[in-house]
Amino acid sequence: MGRKLLLEHIDVPGIETFEVYRKNGGYRSVEKALKTMSPQNVVEEVQASGLRGRGGAGFPTGMKWSFLAKPEGVPRYLLCNADESEPGTFKDRYLMEKIPHLLVEGMIVSSYALGCNQSYIYIRGEYMWVLEIVEKAIAEAYANGFLGKNILGSGYDLDLAIAPGGGAYICGEETALIESLEGKRGNPRIKPPFPAVRGLWGCPTVVNNVESIAAVVPIVNDGGAEYAKIGIGKSTGTKLISACGNLVKPGVYEIELGITVEEFIYSDEWCGGIANGKKIKACVPGGSSVPILPANLITKTAEGVDRLMSYEGLAEGGFASGSMLGSGGFIVFDEDQCIVRNTWNFARFYAHESCGQCSPCREGTGWMEKVLRRLENGQGHMHDIDLLAEINKKIEGNTICPLGDAAAWPVAAAIRHFREEFEWHVTHPDEAVKRNFGIASNHMPLV
Amino acid sequence: MQENWTHKMSISVTHNSTDQAEPQFSAEKMVEVQRFINHYPEGKQKSALMRILHLAEEEFGGWLSVPTMNYVAGLLNIQPIEVYEVATFYTMFNIEKPGKVVLEVCRTGPCMLVGSDQIIEHIENKLDIKVGQTSADGMFTLKTAECLGACGYGPMLQCGKHYHEHLTPAKVDELLDTLRKEHSDK
Repeated sequence: MGRKLLLEHIDVPGIETFEVYRKNGGYRSVEKALKTMSPQNVVEEVQASGLRGRGGAGFPTGMKWSFLAKPEGVPRYLLCNADESEPGTFKDRYLMEKIPHLLVEGMIVSSYALGCNQSYIYIRGEYMWVLEIVEKAIAEAYANGFLGKNILGSGYDLDLAIAPGGGAYICGEETALIESLEGKRGNPRIKPPFPAVRGLWGCPTVVNNVESIAAVVPIVNDGGAEYAKIGIGKSTGTKLISACGNLVKPGVYEIELGITVEEFIYSDEWCGGIANGKKIKACVPGGSSVPILPANLITKTAEGVDRLMSYEGLAEGGFASGSMLGSGGFIVFDEDQCIVRNTWNFARFYAHESCGQCSPCREGTGWMEKVLRRLENGQGHMHDIDLLAEINKKIEGNTICPLGDAAAWPVAAAIRHFREEFEWHVTHPDEAVKRNFGIASNHMPLV
Repeated sequence: MQENWTHKMSISVTHNSTDQAEPQFSAEKMVEVQRFINHYPEGKQKSALMRILHLAEEEFGGWLSVPTMNYVAGLLNIQPIEVYEVATFYTMFNIEKPGKVVLEVCRTGPCMLVGSDQIIEHIENKLDIKVGQTSADGMFTLKTAECLGACGYGPMLQCGKHYHEHLTPAKVDELLDTLRKEHSDK
């Protein structure tokens, strides 16, 4: 079994309560940090740990923290991004639902490190029952003196509150999240200025993913150097992977970064192989926004070396033959799945979720959805495939936030690796319709 | 037919108006509202908007009518347009009156891989409606949703605050029966 830092006590009955969580070593990091460390010490430990943002971008958390502006007399804010909505990703929900105090503990230590006296957790609105679980944990933390005024007699004050979203993927983007938390539409802001300088209500702000915040707890408890020993190269520590699709055992797993993809998919300790005795056809290893990999590039790189579950391992080969670790939303497709249909499905997702602010994304995602729908439903033309690539190029890099790129990459990768399947849909229109339940009645009529 | 896109641009606010009586939170709910507002520094009460809108939906018939939105604007001391903007942007808010029970089936990739299309079709046939419509008895509204974060437990649907996961047609039938019984006297 691999080492577990976040999910170690997940199966302890009652771990969602303060009492049981505390008995299992909970809130030790708060005691240690507030009584024996300066805020700067905590930042240094996080920097030493090599922890990288677990929300998808993989930017070093300690470095992000070090950018936070600290002007005199201006409040600073820590926001936890619990808007988890990247298709394939359901790890943060699992963590918050099962062991909410870990997030609360992480928020206290991180807020202390950053010098914030007011922090917020922004949870997607659909997770309303999760919100209630976390809110209960916060109330317990207040009741036990871990939140509020003068925590543990240290003189440090912290208030923690939750804000719900309303069902918008875009609010996972940090500046859209800030807008949303201000009670507005989730339109991303132009950067710079970055949130570290001007964030929530114009004040310096740090936005971190749930899992990143939770990881601060073992880093403070055991030291950054100890954390950095786990993993491989610049991919330190453990990572929650939410595995789904056609697997024997889909679910949330904590892995030590650096195990092989082969082991992760096929070993009984993890996903247990492909469901129903089928073969693997493709895999999207880091949430819907990252490039899809065909069967021959999943467990091995283009050079024939074992592919590893790490930031670098999954990116090996760049976009030509690699992908990204992203948020850890690991989606597996069996041999019966249609890549065109799936690409269309994802394109529809991005068209639906585009905030509408930038023309290339607002128009482009809709066009891609239309062209892909036409191809999937046997009404496409050969030149549609190149048309998709062209639209793609016009979106990528031309938008305020990365949603445009996130919409463009999966389409580009699907065409790169499965072009013949797109062509087959053009040359075999009748069969293309038949194979995938035809134009299911819930679809929009063709324009 | 236009699908219910995020932006809901086609919906005019006047169209949404009804004769609904002036909405009013109970004293107990007003305590909640005040608690949500207290989470934010003075003058930043607008940040409590989404939380209050969720509560308003729950309290006032599962949707946000114009009187409801105006009422919330008054509570927060902001302009009604600031509430309309938010209510029309976020997909979770209903700005048209739905059936008593709203079923939202996740249709995004990971759920599709494990059969969400068939679940949607099954519900459509069972209730004799299409996605976006309400059953003749006014009981069920069927919607689709984009990724609800239950990818490993699909196919799934959300109904109110509850997720129903690992669905099969038989489980859906059972669920519909239960919901019908629960809501028939309301």
